[in-house]
Amino acid sequence: MTVEPSDFSAAKDCVSCGLCLPHCPTYREYPVEMASPRGRIELMKGLAEGELQPGPALEEHLSLCLGCRACETACPSDVRFGHLLENARAVLKDAGASGWTSSALRRLFLNQVFPRPAVLSALASSLRFYQTSMLRRWVQSLLRLMPGPVERLEALMPDFTAPWSAPPPELPAHGPERGVAAFLTGCVMPHCTGEANDATLEVLRHHGYRVLTPKDQRCCGALHLHSGYQEEARQLARANVSAFEATGADVVVTSSAGCGAALKEYGDLLSRDPEWAERSRAVESRVRDVHQVLAETDPPPPMGRIALRAVYDDPCHLLHGQGVSLEPRQLLRAVPGLELVEAKEPDWCCGSAGIYTVTHTEMSLRVLDRKMEDLLSLEPDIILTANPGCLLQLRLGVARSGSDVPVHHVMELLARASRGPDLTGPDELRRHGLTGERTR
Amino acid sequence: MSPTVDPAVRSEIAGVVGARYVFDRDEEKRAYSYDASLIRARPDLVCVPGSAEEVAAVVRVAHRHRVPFVARGAGTGIAGGSIPIEGGIVIALTRLNRILEVNIPDRYAVVEPGVVNLDLTRRVENEGYCYRPDPSSQKVCTIGGNVASNAGGPHCLAYGVTSNHILGMEVVLPDGSITEIGAPHLEPGGYDLTGLFTGSEGTLGIATKIICRLSRSSEAVRTMLASYDRMEDAAAAVEAIIAAGVIPAALEMMDREIIRAVEAAVGAGYPVDAEAVLLIEIEGPRDGLNESSDVIKSLCLDQGAREFRTAQSEEERQKLWKGRKGALGAVARIKPMYYLHDGVVPRTRLLWVMKKIAATAAQHRLTIVNVFHAGDGNLHPFILFDPADADEVRRVHLAGEEILRACVECGGTLSGEHGIGIEKNEMMGWIFSEQDLETMRRVRSAIDPAGVANPKKVLPSGARCGELSRSPGSAPAGAWI
Repeated sequence: MTVEPSDFSAAKDCVSCGLCLPHCPTYREYPVEMASPRGRIELMKGLAEGELQPGPALEEHLSLCLGCRACETACPSDVRFGHLLENARAVLKDAGASGWTSSALRRLFLNQVFPRPAVLSALASSLRFYQTSMLRRWVQSLLRLMPGPVERLEALMPDFTAPWSAPPPELPAHGPERGVAAFLTGCVMPHCTGEANDATLEVLRHHGYRVLTPKDQRCCGALHLHSGYQEEARQLARANVSAFEATGADVVVTSSAGCGAALKEYGDLLSRDPEWAERSRAVESRVRDVHQVLAETDPPPPMGRIALRAVYDDPCHLLHGQGVSLEPRQLLRAVPGLELVEAKEPDWCCGSAGIYTVTHTEMSLRVLDRKMEDLLSLEPDIILTANPGCLLQLRLGVARSGSDVPVHHVMELLARASRGPDLTGPDELRRHGLTGERTR
Repeated sequence: MSPTVDPAVRSEIAGVVGARYVFDRDEEKRAYSYDASLIRARPDLVCVPGSAEEVAAVVRVAHRHRVPFVARGAGTGIAGGSIPIEGGIVIALTRLNRILEVNIPDRYAVVEPGVVNLDLTRRVENEGYCYRPDPSSQKVCTIGGNVASNAGGPHCLAYGVTSNHILGMEVVLPDGSITEIGAPHLEPGGYDLTGLFTGSEGTLGIATKIICRLSRSSEAVRTMLASYDRMEDAAAAVEAIIAAGVIPAALEMMDREIIRAVEAAVGAGYPVDAEAVLLIEIEGPRDGLNESSDVIKSLCLDQGAREFRTAQSEEERQKLWKGRKGALGAVARIKPMYYLHDGVVPRTRLLWVMKKIAATAAQHRLTIVNVFHAGDGNLHPFILFDPADADEVRRVHLAGEEILRACVECGGTLSGEHGIGIEKNEMMGWIFSEQDLETMRRVRSAIDPAGVANPKKVLPSGARCGELSRSPGSAPAGAWI
């Protein structure tokens, strides 16, 4: 199934009014038209018309896009930019227009690592060994002698030091059961943000959900889709549709905004596949971000006091991709003692954007630095977000800013609140963190 | 392949702005071939200078080689003012986006041309000040572009257009020399060059610093919405409000189709079954606001308003305005493309011209929707079409021309705030005599004898321009969609 000209018909809805421009992080940092949504749509129109050919210029300009979809929220004509971009990237990928190094890197991760739990697990173990042994210090001192892409990669590496084991296929609700949720663990999350997954399970159970975690689930395919690997994304989507429909759960839940946004478009992704179109739409209709599910719990379960000043940073794929921004705030405001403060630009991307941090490090860090300046100016005790990529990126941002503000998933904080006892303030947070004792 | 500039020119410009900010691949030329109008033309080269000195140096290169150049801000113009119709160099000013000075006691700010309109107000609003002109695109459009087109906005009814708020500027003249005109304080005597340059659409040079007047924000503001079952009643209410001597800060009208499109796009809370709504805003000292709003309310009801409501919170007020300001983009929900006009009529002729527009739409089998600054008679008919339908496109141009003719016939003019650009320059003979135009030409050639600054814009191209307006059926279809 290749991309068809009709896949670009959304581009015709763009009337080039330019209202998207100020919302685009790359345009704000690099104010040239090709780095703006309107400019990119124009280039994609050219590609669809056959007037522009896949090649280095298109690759350069279209790959600079973070895919944050802030332009979609801003667009008065409802142009589905994210959808257009995925199709354009598929055309470029099929034409082999991507540069050698970035496409080799993408191929390696997208085909060999993310879709394969065993490979990912082995890689995580080796990285864990690397990060906990003397080897890391030795490599870092060596890299300091020859700065460049490898040194940057080393510095960007997420923390793999806490091992995570998959939960049992079924966990009962705490107290009376309200419903059954099937949980998508995500591919990378178990290895570098495992605490957030544990917390999600705990909070769901605390809210009365029995949680099923199907063993045969796979990577959601979002990263593949964003890089133009549509066929690979479809394969993963089929596997997940079949794994999640088999659970019969009321809702399919994820605490990863990026995965949620992808799952919510499975219907579109498989719309031309007669065997899967209907099944994928049926599963898609049950997909909810965990915040959406929890915000509906009425009355909310009791929670302990958490005396902290917190700022919530919207993940783009939750805010723009799924239109979810009130629910996380509603849940946090319900935590006794928590002071929730608002950033000046809560809709500004953090620059994580999947593997963008690796492929476009400079732009990613510029976007991140602006985010950190905004967040840290609020002097929060804790920064909260709702997507693993953002979580890791914000931690990198905190470190780059020379700060030590902890960054956590909203679920970690809610889990701590539901577990009790009261968290007395920033000092206690600094000493003991949010995790405390694991309860599974 | 599209034509390219002399390699010498390219390398000289790259020497000025750096290779990273010079673009001439096909993709890049295409990305700089449009603005928010329908007019398109590709530049031969694009550069994005980082300072006033770089702008001057680029202009000197262009002047020496006699290559035309066009300044460009955010590309939100609707008259094709920044379209490089003769090719040449597009000088994008988006990197010149610093607010250089804010002087609250003396009530002015000095900005670079690429500063976004709303960013200036945001910068000073905590101190109780604002920059008044507020084009609907104010979140995006640049002050440089506002100066070029002498932009307006809903609140220009009370406060005047851009030229009333510009105190002076630093300008790179078409030969690349830099001059300063005007001053932050009182009018400095001599010719009013600030007035001349504001609205000159880049034909006299490029502003690199702009001194903007800052105004005290109003103490209180009240926003009201009046809905009507008949367009005539809404138009009559506008006339009644103005005649009563209550000048609102803004008085906007939207018709049925646009109301529906806006509701679908942003959910502003307009009644979707009304034929027309008036969005009315009054502001000023808290004392007296109630009296004014009572007067407006009774005038609106007298003319048959079926509903009149006042925004009860800032949130509700923003929502009402979000609908108005998002109208331009929301129109695309009705048909893929629109042609937006900007004619002006005396306020007492509003109803007459609305009927004329409706008749024109019927005659040419077109959908025309209206959202406009009713308070100052500044129309914004959107003629909707599908660019794939060549005959429809032809009718769109005919209808547009007829509407503008009607505006001029009843004592109005071609443009309220969008500028003349390349869209209406051939129609200038409808409102100016040959002698008037010759005077303008002499001013232009005194400042740009080489004719390199945004050629073919504003003034008619022909010698006997008044007669050169496009005859029916000869709309240059390809160039206009």
